[in-house]
Amino acid sequence: MSVFSKILTALRGSAREIGESVVDNNATRIYEQEIYESKAAIAKAKRDLTLVMAQEKAAQREIERLDKEVIRYEEHAMAALDKTEEKLAGDVAAHIAELETERAAQVKAQLEFAGHIFNLKALIRTAETRIREHERELAVAKTTESVYRATESISTSMGSSASKLGNARESLDRIKQRHTQLADQMRAAEELDAEFGSAALQKRLADAGIGDTGARGEDVLARLKARRAGAAADTPAAAAPANEPPAGSA
Amino acid sequence: METALHQRIQTAGQQLAAVLGPVDTERISGEVEVFRLTIAGREELPIFITQADTQLLCICYVWTERDVRPETRMDLLEAMLDLNVAIPLSSFGRIGDKYLLYGALACDAGTDDLVQDLLALSDNAVDALEAMADYLQ
Repeated sequence: MSVFSKILTALRGSAREIGESVVDNNATRIYEQEIYESKAAIAKAKRDLTLVMAQEKAAQREIERLDKEVIRYEEHAMAALDKTEEKLAGDVAAHIAELETERAAQVKAQLEFAGHIFNLKALIRTAETRIREHERELAVAKTTESVYRATESISTSMGSSASKLGNARESLDRIKQRHTQLADQMRAAEELDAEFGSAALQKRLADAGIGDTGARGEDVLARLKARRAGAAADTPAAAAPANEPPAGSA
Repeated sequence: METALHQRIQTAGQQLAAVLGPVDTERISGEVEVFRLTIAGREELPIFITQADTQLLCICYVWTERDVRPETRMDLLEAMLDLNVAIPLSSFGRIGDKYLLYGALACDAGTDDLVQDLLALSDNAVDALEAMADYLQ
């Protein structure tokens, strides 16, 4: 049974209340223990594996050494035969036979080590797969549990708070209404900005004496100064009005 | 005492506020660490953030079983399933009788990722509510 199927069964089983434990806590602990033990077993298997691999390599080296010895003694035996030293050749042949027996034993041992290595590797792979499955199962179970407990907290907090999960359509209407309000406000702000923007342009035009300008401050002041100067000295008084700059529209 | 998660969520809330307007962040009481993000203008759709085992879950409840028009319930479920893949960063789900949209992040996800997820989630929730309005009463 897949992890998801188990969770679905747990969720659908009986009339389960939110906040109630989805996962059997005892089962969770057993799982965690199993994972822990599997990991320890893998660590041991890996240590064994390195040892066996070293032994297998040693056997291989021994076989190679024996092969060389056999060749060396075979040459000796041949040399003895060449010199018609039959007895010596026979002794050497006996030694070669011993070497070959030893070699056969090493080959057998090497095969056993190789088999052992294969088994250990398979064991480690299986254990690792099982751990991954267990960890995944635990993660799903714990997440489900955590989500349900969080939901319990959320539901409790919603009971009194403003964020109570109200009618969905009403929520949508309120959000949309606020959105419309916001859009209206933004449009109004834009209009206002456009208005002020054009007013500002009008003022700049008037200041430059273009368009419907109305009285300009400095012109008025100049006029008043001129009038005052005219009042102070009677003689240039006649010239003063002539100097008076034109007020009003250009 | 503030936890690292609380600080990260507050930072994310501030960054979110720059895009969505005022965001209120608070921890809600209960045995599990859960935070509520309330976004101004979307108060009906607060986002809850909790750490669940190996992931951070950002959850937004959208409607309850009660809201669903019984005669269009199957259509709603199918529409949710059809939409699920297309929705950016969020997925539909259900806890008890509450339907929700949620985003899942790795526990060590950065603040930027969190902000991106929260932003998408909030927009998706408003969108989903609007899209599914016909199936709701």
